[in-house]
Amino acid sequence: MLALLRNQKIRGILFQLLTVIGLVAFLWYIGTNTVANIEQRGIQTGFGFLNGTSGFGIDQSPISYTEEDTHGRVFIVGLLNTLIIAFVGIICATIVGLIIGILRLSKNWLIAKLAKAYIDFFRNIPLLLQILFWYNVVLRAMPSPKQSYSFFEIIFINNRGLYFPLPDYNTTFFAILASLLCALFGAIALNSWANKRKETTGDDFLVLPYALGMFILFPIVAYFVSGAHLDFSFPELRGFNFKGGKTLSPEFLALTFALTIYTATFIAEAVRSGIEAVSHGQKEAAASMGFSPYQSLKLVVLPQAIRIAIPPIINQYLNLIKNSSLATAVGYPEIVTVFAGTSLNQVGQAIEIISMTMLVYLIISLVVSAILNWFNHKMKIQER
Amino acid sequence: MAIYEKKQERKAPSSTKGATHWVRENLFSSPLNVALTFLGVMILFWVIPPFIKWAYINANFAGTTREDCVSGGACWVFIRMKIDMFMYGFYPSELRWRVNTIYGLFFVLAASFKYLKSPSIKLVLAHLYFIVGFFLVHGGFFGMEAVPTDKWGGLMLTIMVAAVGIAAAFPLGVILALGRASHLPIIKSISVTYIEFIRGVPLITILFMSSIILPLFFPEGMSFDKLLRALIGIAMFESAYIAENIRGGLQSIPKGQYEAADAIGLSYWQKMFLVILPQALKVAIPNLVGVSIALFQDTTLVLIIGLFDLLAMVRLSAADSYWLGYETEGYVFVTFIFWFFCYSMSNFSQKLEKRFNTNLR
Repeated sequence: MLALLRNQKIRGILFQLLTVIGLVAFLWYIGTNTVANIEQRGIQTGFGFLNGTSGFGIDQSPISYTEEDTHGRVFIVGLLNTLIIAFVGIICATIVGLIIGILRLSKNWLIAKLAKAYIDFFRNIPLLLQILFWYNVVLRAMPSPKQSYSFFEIIFINNRGLYFPLPDYNTTFFAILASLLCALFGAIALNSWANKRKETTGDDFLVLPYALGMFILFPIVAYFVSGAHLDFSFPELRGFNFKGGKTLSPEFLALTFALTIYTATFIAEAVRSGIEAVSHGQKEAAASMGFSPYQSLKLVVLPQAIRIAIPPIINQYLNLIKNSSLATAVGYPEIVTVFAGTSLNQVGQAIEIISMTMLVYLIISLVVSAILNWFNHKMKIQER
Repeated sequence: MAIYEKKQERKAPSSTKGATHWVRENLFSSPLNVALTFLGVMILFWVIPPFIKWAYINANFAGTTREDCVSGGACWVFIRMKIDMFMYGFYPSELRWRVNTIYGLFFVLAASFKYLKSPSIKLVLAHLYFIVGFFLVHGGFFGMEAVPTDKWGGLMLTIMVAAVGIAAAFPLGVILALGRASHLPIIKSISVTYIEFIRGVPLITILFMSSIILPLFFPEGMSFDKLLRALIGIAMFESAYIAENIRGGLQSIPKGQYEAADAIGLSYWQKMFLVILPQALKVAIPNLVGVSIALFQDTTLVLIIGLFDLLAMVRLSAADSYWLGYETEGYVFVTFIFWFFCYSMSNFSQKLEKRFNTNLR
């Protein structure tokens, strides 16, 4: 018996067996207690509540939603709002982060120090504090709708949000949208053609002016061809508030500002460390080949820096998506606010609602990390 | 064969050292650089003078009522009047010496760590500190008046949640990291599932889970304190992140170390605790400090489940009908405190990184 215990393999199996027994016993204990508690408190179970009428309003919804809609629809609205804030936040944070990261390496001493100060300041302040600051201090200090700040009487900002005009969805609008898409594909095609030509003949071809031309010319042509009829819905002050156009609520603005500013500090650091990780010898080699600083950056430094910087940046995207759940502190109607908040208060089925909410984030995380793994695999340096 | 054109000759630089040269090189070397410098000066000019004017020149420091705030700048009177709330929450004022004793003991502990060599004595002392701390703050023993946890609040609660969170999450994190690195398939998959599940969801949902669902898991009579529930959630959350950092440390240990430990006949636990973990933790320490900073910032989330940490206390004070309208001062004050703690910790971690770098060489 003792000899058996000294055998490493058998000990391993025994140890795992004990762990499994312990875990199952723990889960069983929790399970029976939960069932007993649910019965005792008369809590309903199952997902039937998703078909029940919610009875509360949501002030921002990308799809039609009324108080008569179901909790299932509340879930969808919350999910869509989460995806919207995540998408907007990721775009803004990437732009700001890239700029700050590059400025951080600027040869200009003052600018480099300012970028460092920005990073040191904002990454050391809790995100929730930043959200509350933007919401309670900055946006609440905006004037009332009647005294709104306006930019050329088209865009207005006041304590109810940001108002800007929106084109009506007619043929001209869609034609211009389509033409922009065509210009984008045209520019990509032209670029790959130019790269191929460069590889085979060594001749340079400047893509930029042609691409810009496409982006300007295509929409103009589309505008006239489709009937030159473009209507805008302008925000106008009627009574106590603005009507028409598009509104961004203070909650949305506060969340976007805070998520952007906070996440950008981490993206900037990722960009910086990516660029700094490219060994100095590479830059010297590029310079000794007679590359201009721009060529050296585009052809030698950036391709290597991107490989290093993108995985941490994608992790920051993931953090941003998870951090968007802090919206619940200011009441932007994303999934945690409306579903794990208001719906949970109404139906009280905590286990179902919280596990559904967690599942949403888990699925997003899995998808994002799948993308990350795919990218890492694709970018891996091909060695012997 | 390509023909190269000779570049235009340039004059030799007039100076290569001194302040003028430095300024020319770092601020005005090209038109773009000049533009950037002006932009930078503009930003500084736009941010700093108004802030100093608001926070210092026009600010009000003296007085006790809101009528003393007349000069239009910041009203620091508000902070002065509420500072006890920010520091201790609703902790009874005559018992606050207990909390202060804990702060004082911390410095004694830190000082003794500098002179003590043995890690096991340090470990015992640290545990002793936590136990004494709990008895002192909670009371209810040895004739000391008990202070229920719903009276705890402010900076004291923030620090406590962060410290207890890390202390409780650390051993769990070590076990999870060992589990993930283990060759036993079931142990490994349990650890991986736990870590990936926790890392995939926001802290808020874990806090909701621990505050709403956790009581359902245990029999009726077993009631958990609200603060304890939050601490369980935070420790569960942080342990996954700590585990991943320690795993990084474990992976950096050369295989030879494992083989050497096996060769001298150490058991698994001896091998891990005497040979591998001490080295792995040393590598992981800078990242672990990073986790601690993140946790310190994350403690603010407990306000969402109704605990009154520093941030919640400031919000509450600014909502006081007498001090209505002074929330800016409150937020600036918390910003300063959080920034101070987090920035010192991140500086500390950079120092650690440098120190360990020289050791490894």
